[in-house]
Amino acid sequence: MSIQVFIPQDTTALALGAEKVASSLLQGAQTLGLDVEITRNGSRGMFWLEPLMEVETESGRIGFGPVKLSDVESILSMLNSGSVGTASIKHPLYLGEVSEIEYLAKQQRLTFKRSGVADPTCIESYQRLDGFSGLAKALSMSGQDVVDELKNSGLRGRGGAAFPAGIKWQTVLDTPGEQKYIVCNADEGDSGTFADRLLMESDPYQLIEGMTIAGLAVGANQGYIYLRSEYPVAHKLLNLTIERATKAGFLGANVCNSGKDFFLEVRLGAGAYICGEETSLLESLEGKRGMVRAKPPLPAIEGLFGKPTVVNNVLTLGAVASILEQGSDTYKNFGMGRSRGTLAVQLAGNVKRGGLIELAFGVTLREVVDDFGNGTFSGRPIRAIQMGGPLGAFLPESQWDTPLDYEAFAAIKAMIGHGGIVVFDDTVDMAAQARFAMEFCVIESCGKCTPCRIGSTRGVEVIDRIVANEDRDNNLILLHDLCDTMELGSLCAMGGMTPFPVRSALTYFEEDFGISSRRDH
Amino acid sequence: MLEKNSNVDQLIEQFKTLPGGLLPLLHAVKHAVGYVPDSAVEPISKALNLSRAEVHGVISFYHDFNTHPVGRHTVQICRAEACQSMGSRDLEAHAKQCLGIDYGETTPDGLVTLEPVYCLGNCACSPSIRVNDDIHARVDSSRFDELIAEFTLPSAEVSGVSS
Ligand SMILES: Cc1cc2nc3c(=O)[nH]c(=O)nc-3n(C[C@H](O)[C@H](O)[C@H](O)COP(=O)(O)O)c2cc1C
Ligand code: SF4
Ligand code: FES
Repeated sequence: MSIQVFIPQDTTALALGAEKVASSLLQGAQTLGLDVEITRNGSRGMFWLEPLMEVETESGRIGFGPVKLSDVESILSMLNSGSVGTASIKHPLYLGEVSEIEYLAKQQRLTFKRSGVADPTCIESYQRLDGFSGLAKALSMSGQDVVDELKNSGLRGRGGAAFPAGIKWQTVLDTPGEQKYIVCNADEGDSGTFADRLLMESDPYQLIEGMTIAGLAVGANQGYIYLRSEYPVAHKLLNLTIERATKAGFLGANVCNSGKDFFLEVRLGAGAYICGEETSLLESLEGKRGMVRAKPPLPAIEGLFGKPTVVNNVLTLGAVASILEQGSDTYKNFGMGRSRGTLAVQLAGNVKRGGLIELAFGVTLREVVDDFGNGTFSGRPIRAIQMGGPLGAFLPESQWDTPLDYEAFAAIKAMIGHGGIVVFDDTVDMAAQARFAMEFCVIESCGKCTPCRIGSTRGVEVIDRIVANEDRDNNLILLHDLCDTMELGSLCAMGGMTPFPVRSALTYFEEDFGISSRRDH
Repeated sequence: MLEKNSNVDQLIEQFKTLPGGLLPLLHAVKHAVGYVPDSAVEPISKALNLSRAEVHGVISFYHDFNTHPVGRHTVQICRAEACQSMGSRDLEAHAKQCLGIDYGETTPDGLVTLEPVYCLGNCACSPSIRVNDDIHARVDSSRFDELIAEFTLPSAEVSGVSS
């Protein structure tokens, strides 16, 4: 029997050399006459261990990582020793059974339970791991029953705004219309986030299943995945799996012989952050500039091409599949307050152990960063944490005990957003970060509102003057005025929330602006 | 140039009836030609029943649609926060200095075009760069130099995932 080896094919593993490791292992095995079969699985999301190689043994799947090209030789001689299980323990990269690695074992994986287990493009593996059983249940229910199940789960949109998914679906279900659409927001523009990417690359059928369930529930026969062009690997895998799901009868005409159709297509974005905002995204899907639309009308009533449209994030639609499969009560039992279920935390930036951490809402930011991150990559103390992407506040240590809960974060003028955590060590220059927040708004503003378009340019200039100590006191007043204007006079959160990182940097790290003399730049 | 235009005409035929087909069409043109030439605006606007200003407006709105030729390799450096926290500002400075160009420019020998990018979804192993369709993790100055050096190897080819 051949030795079963797993080497991931997700973006991060590839970016760390997984392709070369896999081909060199295969070649080496052939030279040795060793019967090795390599499965290109998805990633488990433990990115600090990538490329994470797994070997099937009598005592489970044993991990080795991070595997460099130079480690392949010693791995081959271990595989060649006959009894892999015994020999593996002595290998310097030995990690033990993968599912028991603390980082993974401590998580509550619902949406990401299959991530990294099998070849993400293989339908049979997906079905063996309970895939498409949510769809099977949905097919036996009325649209209203599916929507009720979603409402009962308490699932809120994972794209950032945390709007209850069931209520959005209800609106689309209740709006009459021959043509309705399901649009998946896969624009994932926030720095520090990669959960959408991981799901699309490691368990794409789950997204396909969730979207199909949505289509059947609200009566939409066409779906689009709006994918950012920065994700070439996800693009390839989605196209391949959509083709396979269609061939297997899970997509297209007459889904699973239900008499209902659901067609799905991937559309690429073109490098505009604002196209993650749902109405800008719809404009872009229609082939236009990504100008944000005024609401109302809600996309649920007049969305894509003016038709009733569900717009949901990748993780929201992924969660739908697992909620239907496991029942809404199971999902609802995780979490705290009005934040039900699990949050896909993405730990990024200057950390030793960055990766995807799926946990029930309610743990504190500090617990995540300390227990999972294990300190900064640089070994220096953590100084600031930015949560929720480029529009999220910078949090000083005094705020790290806030529990991960939408309301608790809103109460400190911060946000969970899409769940990204970016850690900075004590070399960070917070004035430079505040300046970048404004600069990013200059680059990515859709241009519709003056406070966002012009205010951000002025913001960069004013911060430069504050740092250069040009009339500092008056410029500080000006910066606060500018932030007020942006917050109050912007149509969407791009202009409306850019002041959050700026003000938090000013409030908690004023010394970096030269305001007191702790540091002298 | 003639060949490029017939190429564009073919693509227009292929995409003109697709709902919301302008972005897919522009991506296809960029893929085929390397950029979106000014000469494509007129035939596209005619076929899609749009004004030239509308087509031009779409092209200029999106960072992806460059209207001038690029080098044989496109190198994008992530400028977003997670990469900043891991030293991408130094990497940017190094890249510009080592290639002798700024963002949006191409080296005089036509080998490399340098562009900024805002997150490649590889934020747990920053700094990240994208070279054509390959993303690279934990790129410091010396890793950057290695990757650039690969371009001048005899076997160097444009890598990538085709779409
Ligand atoms: C500037 C801006 C950028 C956004 N970017 C994204 C994004 O990249 N992905 C996403 O899912 N939602 C993003 N959103 C939120 C969407 O507008 C919308 O709330 C979401 O797609 C709805 O899906 P959900 O309810 O499942 O979260 C963004 C919002 C704003 C204002
Ligand atoms: S706030 Fe900025 S991005 Fe949002 S609609 Fe106004 S100009 Fe566009
Ligand atoms: S911030 Fe650079 S890859 Fe995400």
